Parts: sequence; C-alpha cells; structure tokens
Amino acid sequence: MQFIKPGINIDFIGKRKIGFYLSVIMILITIASLVIQKGPRYGIDFAGGTVVQVKFSSPAKIKDIKSALKRIDIGISSVQSFGEEKDYEYLIRTEEAVTGEGFSQKVEKALKNATGNGAEIRRIEMVGPKVGKDLREKALKAMFYALLFITVYISGRFESEWVKSGIMATGLIFCVYSLSGFDVSIPFLITAALVITLTLFWFLKLKYAMGAIVALIHDVTITVGIFSILDKEFSLAIVAALLTIIGYSLNDTIIVFDRIRENLKKYHKNPLEMTLNKSINETLNRTLLTSLTTLIVVVTLFLLGGGIIHDFAFAMIIGVAVGTYSSIYVASPILLTWQAYERRKQ
Amino acid sequence: MKNLSQRLVIVLAVVIAAIIYILPTANPKLWPHKKINLGLDLQGGMHLVLEVDTEKAVESTVENITQEIRSVLKEEHMGRNIVIERVENTRISIKIKNGDNIDAFDKVFDREFADLRMLSRTTENDGTVNLMMDIPDKETERIKKSASEQALETIRNRIDQFGVSEPDIRRQGERRILIQLPGVKDTRRAKDLIGKTALLEFKLLDEINDPAEAEKGKVPRGTELLYQVKEDRDTRRVTKIPFLVKKRSLLTGAYLTDAKVEIDSQYNEPYVSIKFDKKGARIFGKITEENVKKRLAIVLDKKVYSAPMIQEKIPGGEARITGSFSDQEARDLAIVLRAGALPAPVNILEERTVGPSLGSDSIRKGLMSMCVGFVLVIFFMIIYYKLSGVIADLALFLNILLIAAGLAGFQATLTLPGIAGIILTIGMAVDANVLIFERVREEMNLGKTPHAAVNAGYDRATLTILDANVTTLIAALVLFQFGTGPIKGFAVTLSLGVIASLFTALIITRLVFDYLLLKRKMKTLSI
Repeated sequence: MQFIKPGINIDFIGKRKIGFYLSVIMILITIASLVIQKGPRYGIDFAGGTVVQVKFSSPAKIKDIKSALKRIDIGISSVQSFGEEKDYEYLIRTEEAVTGEGFSQKVEKALKNATGNGAEIRRIEMVGPKVGKDLREKALKAMFYALLFITVYISGRFESEWVKSGIMATGLIFCVYSLSGFDVSIPFLITAALVITLTLFWFLKLKYAMGAIVALIHDVTITVGIFSILDKEFSLAIVAALLTIIGYSLNDTIIVFDRIRENLKKYHKNPLEMTLNKSINETLNRTLLTSLTTLIVVVTLFLLGGGIIHDFAFAMIIGVAVGTYSSIYVASPILLTWQAYERRKQ
Repeated sequence: MKNLSQRLVIVLAVVIAAIIYILPTANPKLWPHKKINLGLDLQGGMHLVLEVDTEKAVESTVENITQEIRSVLKEEHMGRNIVIERVENTRISIKIKNGDNIDAFDKVFDREFADLRMLSRTTENDGTVNLMMDIPDKETERIKKSASEQALETIRNRIDQFGVSEPDIRRQGERRILIQLPGVKDTRRAKDLIGKTALLEFKLLDEINDPAEAEKGKVPRGTELLYQVKEDRDTRRVTKIPFLVKKRSLLTGAYLTDAKVEIDSQYNEPYVSIKFDKKGARIFGKITEENVKKRLAIVLDKKVYSAPMIQEKIPGGEARITGSFSDQEARDLAIVLRAGALPAPVNILEERTVGPSLGSDSIRKGLMSMCVGFVLVIFFMIIYYKLSGVIADLALFLNILLIAAGLAGFQATLTLPGIAGIILTIGMAVDANVLIFERVREEMNLGKTPHAAVNAGYDRATLTILDANVTTLIAALVLFQFGTGPIKGFAVTLSLGVIASLFTALIITRLVFDYLLLKRKMKTLSI
C-alpha cells in the first residue's frame, strides 16, 4: 500500500504564499489571544494554589458542591467536572495554597453533607507561591537550554560547519550571560536569545539552521496560541509536551532538509524551487506515515488516557499536526527567501 | 559486524538481558532483581516540600541568650535596675538605669557574652545606658545551616519510626526538604507527624497574676499567655483554658532519652511517659525541689498539656504527659518526642497527594491506551508494508521490552507521563523503519535487487535517522535535568525509547532482512 504514488509532484512550493499567510494569521491570532488574556493561563504548578480531585458515588451538581465549599470558607475559585462523565469526578480549585490541618477531612465532610452521597478525595495538589515561581523559572530555563543545545547541534550538523556553530554557541552564551546580569525576566531572556540566534544565523549564513529554528518557533507559538484560545491551562506536563513537539518538529524538518541537500548535489542545475518541491514530494510518504502513526497513539492517549493526561495528549495532537505542516510550508520556503535575498544583493 | 551469526549473538544477548531485568516485575519469584519503581502518581502516596523557618531558629537562640543574660546578672546581684529584652526578633536590648554599676556590668558582660556583636551604645542625660546587640552574621549563618540539617535528620527519624517503606527524604537547596512517601494512606497523620515542631518545655505558672486579666491585654513582663485546649470526646466541644506561665523554660525536651505510651490504670486513658538523661534528671530534680507546692506547666508547641502541682522533689528523671489523648495521638506524640524537636518550625510549600484508587485507575487507563495504540499501529504497519511491516512490528515490540528493561535496570521511576512517553515512542519509533522502508522502496523502483535495495536503504537512511533522533534526545535530556517528579518519568521513557528505537531499527530489523535475503535466499521482498 502507498499513500503517494512514486513520481508524484504536488506543487507545494508554488503555493507557499498561501502557507505563509496561513502561518502569519495563526501567529497573529496567537499573539492577540495572549494579549487579550494577559498571558497564558497558568495551572497551579506555575501560579500556585490548590487542586482537589473528588469522586462521588452518584451524580452531584456543581451548584451543590460550590455551596458546600462556601460554607467551609476556603476561598473557592472554580469547580469543574473532570474526566469521563460516568465517573462523577470533579476538580475543585482554589487560588490560595491551603492544606491546613484536617483540610481534606473538612472538604470531604462538607461535600458529603451537601450532596448527600459519598465523596472520595482522590488527589490533592497544593503548590505555594514560592514553589510556583520556582517551577515557572525552571520550565522556562528548560525551554531555553533545549533551544540552545538544539541550535548548536543543527547549525553544526546541517551545515557541517562546527566552527560556525561554536561561534554561535559562544555568542549566544555570552549575550545571554551578560543579559542575565541585568536581572531581566526569563521570558524576555528567551525572546532575546531567539532574536540573537536568528541574527547570528543570518550573518553566519546558516540557512538550513535558520529554517529549522523558524519552523520550531512557529510550531511552539501556534500550540501555545491554541491553548490560549481554548483557555486551557499551562502545567508542567504541557511544558514537557512543548519540548517533545520541538523534538518532533525538528525531526520532520531534518528529514526534509537531508533530502534537499542530497537532491541539490544530484540535480544542481535545476532551479531551487524545483529541487525543494521534489524533495518534499519524495519524503511526503514518510512524513504522512509517521505523522499518522504518531497521531494514532496520541489520539488514543487523548481518548483513553484519563483526565490527568488529557491536556498533554491534546497539546501533542496539535504539535504533531502543526509540526507536519511546518516542515513542508515553513522550513523549506525559508531557503527560497534566502536565495531571493542573495540574488538581490548581487 | 558483517557476520550474521555474530550479530545474532549480540541481539540475543541484549534481548535475554532485557527479559531478565523484566522478570521480577512480572513475577518476583522468578528472579530476585528489583521491580520497576512506580511513581507516586501511580501507586498513591504523598509528596511534600517543606521549608525550614530558619529565622525562627535564630530568634529562639537570641531568646535563650536573653534568658541567660538575665540569670547571670541575677546571680551577680545586678538584676534590679537592668531591663533586658529581645527586640526586633533577633536583637537584644539592655537598659541600665541611672548608669548604676555600669563598670561591674561591663566586666561581667565581657567575661560571659564576649561573642555578641555590639550594635549601639548610648547614654541618656540621666545616665541611663542603652545597649543594642545581636549575633554576628557568621554565627547566624551557622545557626541557620545547622537548623535545616537538624530538621532533616529529625524528620528522617520520625518517618523511620512511623514506618513507611522506601521513603525518599532529601535536602533541596538551603532551607527546603523534599519528602516522598509512597503508599501512605493516612496522609493527615503523616503530615502532622512531620510538621509538628514538638518543642517540649517545662515552665512555672505565674500564680500571682490572673490569666483572665492577661487575656484583656495586660500580660505581665516575663510571662506569657498560653492555652490548654481540651476536646470532649463525646460532645466534640472544644474548650480553651488560659494559663499565665513564666516565659523562661526551666527544662526542654532536649534532655529526653525515651518516650513511650502507657495506659493509666485508674482512668484507662493513654498517656506518654518520658524519661530524662542524667543531666536532665538532675535539672528536673532541682526544679521540683526548689518549687514544691508550685504548679509546673508542661508545654508542647506553645500549648499547655497539664499544670500539676509539685508535691515533692522528683529525683528519678521521669515524668508523664497527660491530656485526653486517643491511642494514636499518644503514640504519635511519643514518636515525635523520641525523634526530638525540630530546631525551627517548618512550612509546607508544596503538597501533592494521590489516593491509591486514583493511582490504580491511572495505571489501568495508561496501559489500556498503550495496548490500543500498540495494536492500531501494528495493524497499520502490516497493512501498509505487509511482511516488512511484521518485521517493523517485531522491532516495536522489542522496543517496548527494552524500555521496560531499561526502567528496571536503571531503577528509574515509571510515572503516568512516563507511560505517555512509552505510548509516544510507539508512534514515533516506527519512524526509523518507515524511513528505511521508504528508501528501500525507492531503490527498488530504480530497479535494484531486493538485497541491494535493502543495503542502500539502510546505508542512506542511517545518518538521517541518527540526526532526527538526536534532537528528540536533546529535548528529553533537558527535560530530565529540569523536570520534577512525574515529568522526569516522561523524560526517562522518552530517552530510553529513542535509544531503543535506534537499536531495534538499525540493528534488529536489518538482521532479520539479512537473514531472510541471505540465508533463506528470498528473491522478492514484501514491502
């Protein structure tokens, strides 16, 4: 069986404008959504607070749960149903980090009284504000270091120019190190690092690396955007998903790029557009197949994995879909843009 | 590694080693090695991060020094016109009225308290001298450091006595303590046991002033207002009785050698009997001798437990703490007293508790999605690549086997995100084989023989596969470095999955193809 017959030539590159506009629109929506919502919505891992997961033995009304909790005065902020409907599970969330003496007993008793059926507290997570802040920094640092190492690796590996990649790494570390001396916030640091990375790529003429990094930023941004639009929470698990998406998206890009370099050697007389398109088409079977098997498993996880892993699986679904798209419509066209720029200079 | 049988031996050795590592998890009787560790989110349990309030340890040291200065001056008969107080938490203020015997004071002070740091010294018009002093920074640091070390040790002792299998207790940074208690069911009790300061003090009652007056806000100098909290077992009514006690503690739990639960034969109620060491017994004897017919309050963490009248000197160094305890309360009190007091109070910064039923639910759901995902991918590969798909499926199966063996071998912890990592690996690991197979198909379309096509396919795809996997590995390793608990589990299975998929795709499936094409002389390739 084969999805794509050999020798097929779909004109991806010719339609790159559509892809470009689509990506720009999605990124603009992401930024708009983040601005309107005043940044991503942090879960308790990052914002601090308390989450209680309760399971009732028979259906309970959210209204009853709310009024029960009001009576014991724990500063409630939200109650929502959780997982599958037949489980009668609810997630109670408070903004304050409270688990004082006998907290769970108090909650359990109040819920039992109000709803008239057995309530079992299955999970309590309390994160104090200090720890929340620490975890936030840790997560951002993880993103930063992943970016740093990947940048160094692909600039060395793609271009086979480890000297330039060494310059890259040193430059990046130096800039970031001197910036961190000014006590700037980590999101700012990451943005700065990205700008520095892209500038260095530009001046060192590392075009493949630039294409890969742009694709990766594109994927992560859109995933974050969709989370923001759907008002889903950012937790440690989502950060793990974002890092995995980075790995996955690069994986896809690397495979297309490898084929492009191979074909450039083989058909060096052909125009770049043609070679790019040929390479994308040749790897299309593999791209679709791997995306499909990965989607199969993450959708399974999304449907059957239970509430705790739900958002993680959701992030992965988006990431895999966007990552597949970007390796075709974002990473490769960057190479063309580059060529156009070089020509104009001559 | 040209030789087929050589490669076969290596592959078999790896697979057999993997099976040996997995055996104990399947059935512990088969092989004595350790099982795969399950994370707290899968087996239930409690994760706590505590912060030791080391500032309080400094405060109590300063308070002790203040008391000491008072008693030294008293011994020297200079106490009358000198007011000594702890101010601004960690400073000592001394006011000497009219500059009376200031020289004598200086002499005593230099002799006994030379290691205090003088912050200011002023003389007022009427001759009153004001002194302000504190503990030098270096000493403060030492107190703080030893407070967190001691807190860790004490908590470890308490948990040992509480009886948790395989607790994980470690210091995190300067003042934090990370505690993982797998399988703990009564989390409230565990938390009480860990978090209690358990500072036991013996203090004399102020029997001249009225505690009712003090409750209105007039607490006489040198005394404090503490409460005895009683809960009626039947009516559940809580009553608070005020006590006015002298601030100075005559004896603390630091001199305890033992604490155990005994049952009062008269009321059939449990109480905790405590035993002092030699020095403690001597102090206790002296206190009781000097204060006959006075009332001595037994205070634990600023709560009065009882305040019996001293009838006569108690020489043996034994005392009992009564209060309306339940059996368990008495037992836990004995544990914390035996393990000793925390040098400073601790605050819970982070708490994550998972009930055992949720844990087993998570395992069930995780395994369920894993099986379904696995079966779907397997069928898909067979439909798409026919016989070669079966070979890829074999690789996938071995891949999972190797991940499990890796978890057991490295004694890593399997968490729910870890299971998600395995599931993700199932989807992504076939990528290596897909890359190879697509290459082989291309080469065959160019008219190569199956054997040549397979060779070319592997040769050309190998570098790409390595490259593509390195990036995922980088992301996973960074995550491992920065992640906590469950997320670390994800990083572990993802890394293991990447490494295992390299081995299965590049070595095992190649071996199978070579065997079929060379040994079995297969002329066509089903791909």
